[in-house]
Amino acid sequence: MIKLIEDLFIKNGFIFSFLLVGVMMLITDFLSKRVIKNKIPGVALAIVLGLILAGFGGDKGIANIPIFAGMAILGGSMMRDFAIVSTSLGASFEEIKKAGWVAFLSLLIGIFFSFTIGTIISYSFGYRDAKSIATIASGACTFIVGPITGNAVGASSEIITLSIAAGVVKVLIVTICTPLTAKRIGLVDKNSAMVFGGIMGTTSGVSAGLAATDMKLVPYGAITATFYTGTAAILCPSVFYPVLKILMP
Amino acid sequence: MKIYGVAMLAACYFTGLLIGEVLGRLLHIQGNLGGVGFAMLLLILLSDWLKKKNLLHAEFESGIGFWTSMYIPIVIAMASIQNVQSALSGGLVAVVAGAVSTSLCFFLIPLLKGLMKKNEQ
Repeated sequence: MIKLIEDLFIKNGFIFSFLLVGVMMLITDFLSKRVIKNKIPGVALAIVLGLILAGFGGDKGIANIPIFAGMAILGGSMMRDFAIVSTSLGASFEEIKKAGWVAFLSLLIGIFFSFTIGTIISYSFGYRDAKSIATIASGACTFIVGPITGNAVGASSEIITLSIAAGVVKVLIVTICTPLTAKRIGLVDKNSAMVFGGIMGTTSGVSAGLAATDMKLVPYGAITATFYTGTAAILCPSVFYPVLKILMP
Repeated sequence: MKIYGVAMLAACYFTGLLIGEVLGRLLHIQGNLGGVGFAMLLLILLSDWLKKKNLLHAEFESGIGFWTSMYIPIVIAMASIQNVQSALSGGLVAVVAGAVSTSLCFFLIPLLKGLMKKNEQ
C-alpha cells in the first residue's frame, strides 16, 4: 500500500509539489501567526523551511530524493522566470524609467563591489593565480557567473565548484536576511527595491527575499536583478580578469 | 478568456528571452543577457497600451494574476532545491567570500539611496 502511494507521488511529481508547498505554507503560517505572533512573516519561515529541507538532499536539494523530484519543476528556473514576468503586470513604467539610471549604476557598483571583495578574500586565503581568484570572485557575484568565468579563463573544476558554493551562500544570505533587515536598510519603496536588485543581483535570492518582505516590491527588484547576471557575465571574464592578470602576473 | 492573458504572458516571456539570447550572442557571452527583464518591460508596455485602448479585459488580468499568486509557492519550492550541502561544505573560502561580500552589499543600499535623494534635490 505504501509502495503504491509512493509510486503515485513519484509518477505525478509536479502535482505532488503543489501539495507539499501548500502543506509547508500551512505549517509556517500557523507558526508565524500563533507561535511567534507575526514577528517573522510566514513566507520567510516557509523559505527557511525549504532551505532546511534542501540540506537533506544533494546538488538539487530535496529534489534528489525521487519522491520530491517534482519540486525541481515547480522551483526550477522556467517556472520562476515565468512567475517573475507575471508580477510585472501593474508595475509602473514611469517608476522604472525614473529610477532607471540609479538602478543601472547600482548594477555596476554591485558587480564591481562583490568581485573586489571576492578577490580580496580569495587572495587572503592564499590564492595567487588570476584564474582562480577571478573565478571565485565571480562566484561571489552569482553562482551562474562563477562557472562562466571559470570556463572562459580555464580554471580547474575544484575552483569552479568553490565559486558555485560562494554564489549559493549568497542566495542563502540574501533570502534569509532581506526580510529581517529591510526596514533598517530603507528597503521600503519601489526605487530602493530597484537599487537592491542591482546591488545583490542574485535573481533567486532577490526574488525570494523581496517576496518575504513585500510582494509589491518584487517586480522592481527583479527587473534590475535579471540584468545583473548578464552584465556580470560580460564584465568578470573580459574586463575584471584581464585587470587582475596585470596586477598578478 | 483567461488563457488569452496567459498566452500574452507567454508571448512576452519568449520575446524577452529571445532578445536576451540575441544580445548574449552578439556580445559573446554564454547565456542570456537580461531576457527576463526585457520580458517584464514588454508586459508592462503591452498591458499599458491595451489599457489605453480599453482592450485589457479583467479576465486577461486574472489569468496573469494566477501566476503572480503562484510566485511565492514557486519561490518556496526553489528554496528547497538549492544545493545547501555544497554551499556549507564547499570549503571555507567559498563560505567566507559569499558571506562577507553579501553582508557588505547590504550596507551599500542606504548609501545609494542617499545618493538618489541628493540627486533629486
